Amino acid sequence: MSWTPGDEMLVVQRASPPGAAGGTYRAFGETLRGLKTTMSRLVEGPKTISYPEEKVPVYPRFRGRHRLHRFEDTGLEKCVGCSLCAAACPADCIRVVAAENTPENRVSAGERYAAVYEINLARCIFCGYCEVACPFDAITMGHDYEMSAYNRTDLIFTKEMLLDEPLERTPLRGEGE
Amino acid sequence: MSGGVLAVVGYTEPWYIQILKSVVLFAIAVQIVPVVLLAERKLLGRFQHRYGPNRVGPFGMAQPLADIVKLATKEPFRPSTSIGFLYALAPVISLLTALAAFAIIPFGDVANIFGQDVGLYGLDVGIGVLYVFAFGAIAFYGLMLGGWASGSKYSFLGSMRAAAQLISYEVAMGLSLVGVLMMAGTLSLTEIVAAQEGLWYAVPQFVGFAIFVIAAFAETNRVPFDLPEADAELVAGYNTEYGGSRFAAFFFAEYVNIIVVSGIAVTIFLGGWQLPFIDPPGWVDPFVVLGKIFAFVFLFVWIRATLPRLRYDQLMSFGWKVLLPLATLNALVTAVLVVAL
Repeated sequence: MSWTPGDEMLVVQRASPPGAAGGTYRAFGETLRGLKTTMSRLVEGPKTISYPEEKVPVYPRFRGRHRLHRFEDTGLEKCVGCSLCAAACPADCIRVVAAENTPENRVSAGERYAAVYEINLARCIFCGYCEVACPFDAITMGHDYEMSAYNRTDLIFTKEMLLDEPLERTPLRGEGE
Repeated sequence: MSGGVLAVVGYTEPWYIQILKSVVLFAIAVQIVPVVLLAERKLLGRFQHRYGPNRVGPFGMAQPLADIVKLATKEPFRPSTSIGFLYALAPVISLLTALAAFAIIPFGDVANIFGQDVGLYGLDVGIGVLYVFAFGAIAFYGLMLGGWASGSKYSFLGSMRAAAQLISYEVAMGLSLVGVLMMAGTLSLTEIVAAQEGLWYAVPQFVGFAIFVIAAFAETNRVPFDLPEADAELVAGYNTEYGGSRFAAFFFAEYVNIIVVSGIAVTIFLGGWQLPFIDPPGWVDPFVVLGKIFAFVFLFVWIRATLPRLRYDQLMSFGWKVLLPLATLNALVTAVLVVAL
C-alpha cells in the first residue's frame, strides 16, 4: 500500500544531477561566483590585527590585573587590611596580613593596614569579587592582561607591585568605540 | 638550422654562449621560484583577509630564504621500509625534468647582445611542444617512484592517484594543443609565437585554451586537482615520507612546473612576448613573458583560494567524459575549418 502525499505537500526542488549539462553549467556558474567572492576578499584587504604591535582596545569595565589605590590627597593607602577580599575570593588567591597603624608609621587611613598583600595571579580567575567585596574601593580590576611570566613565583604580585602605576600597555576603548 | 639525430634544433650561437645561457636560465628558474612561492603565500593570505608571511625581513620577503635554510639544515632521513636508491632518485628526476622543460620556454626572439646573436630561450627544438610533453611524462616517474619507494601507504596512494590523474589529463592537454598546432603549422614554440602576431590563439582557440588551463591545474597537482597531495586525507601524498632538502627538491620542482605550464600557456595561447597594439623594443620581451607568467600564477593562486578539492571519481569522470571529448571535438572542428578556409 503506497502512501500518497496530500495537496499541501511541497515537492522538493532538486537540482540537475551532477555530470549532466545543467550540472556542468551550474558548477561553472558557482565557480565564477566563488571566484568573485575570493576576489572581493582580496580587494577588502586584511582584517588582521598584528597583535604585539597593534592591540584591540579594552572596554572600561574589562577585568584585567588588579590594582591597589591610594588617596590622591594624602597619599595614604585605601586598604585597611580587613581581608574581606580574601574571604570573597573563590580561587583563594589573595593573602592579607594586617598590622596596626601607629602615629610614627601611618600607612593607611584606617586603624589597621595591610602589611602583606599578595595576589597569586596564577590562581586568580579574574571574577572581580574582590572588587565587589572591598568596602573602601581599595582594590579594583585594572586593564592589564599581558601577564605572562617565565616563573610561577613571578606571578605572585606583592603590594608594591599592585600599588604602582602599571605600564601603559593596554589601550582603553573610548566612548562609542 | 642544423639537423639533429632526433629533432631539428635551431642554433644561432656558438657553444660557449649556449653553456652560459643554460647557467643563466637555471639561475632565473632559481630566482623566480621563491618569488612565486612568496607571492602565492601573500596572495593566499590576502584572499583570506590575512597578511601572509610578514615577519622575516621587510614585508616577509626573506621568508622563502628562511624556509630553504630550515629545510637544508635538516637531517636527511629515510624510512626503514623505503627503497634507498629509488627514494633518493625520485626528487632528482622531478627536479631535472622540471628544469629541462623550463629550458624551452621562449622569453623573446633572437636578440643582439654585445654583437652576438642570442636566442632568449634555452633551446629551440623543432618538436617544441612534444619536448614539453616528453619531460612532463618523465616527471611522473619522480612522483611515482617517490611515492612507491617511500614504503608508506599514504605515499603509495598518493602516487597511484598522481599516475592516474596525470595520464588522463595529459591526453586532454595534448589534444587541446592540436588545434593551435594545426593553425600554426609548426611545433616550434618560437614559430608558434611568431604566428600569433596580430591575434593571440586564445581568441580563435578559446575552447582549447580553457581545456589547457584546466588540464594544467591537474598536471601541476594544484587545487582543485591536488588529489596526489591532498593534505587532509593523504597527509601529503607522495612526499609524506620526504623531509629536508629532498622535500625541498620536490617542492622546488612543483613550482618550476607551475612556471613551465604557465609559460607554455603564455607561449601557445597568449602570444608569448607579443603585446597588443604596441611593439616594444627587443629587451622588453623577457619582461612581457614574465609578466604574463605571473598573471597566470595569480590565476593559479586565485583558483586555489576558491575551489575545494574534487573527489577522485569526479576528477576521473571529468577528465575522460568532459575534457577529452571536448578537446577531440575542438581538434576536429579546427581541422575542418583549417582545411575549408
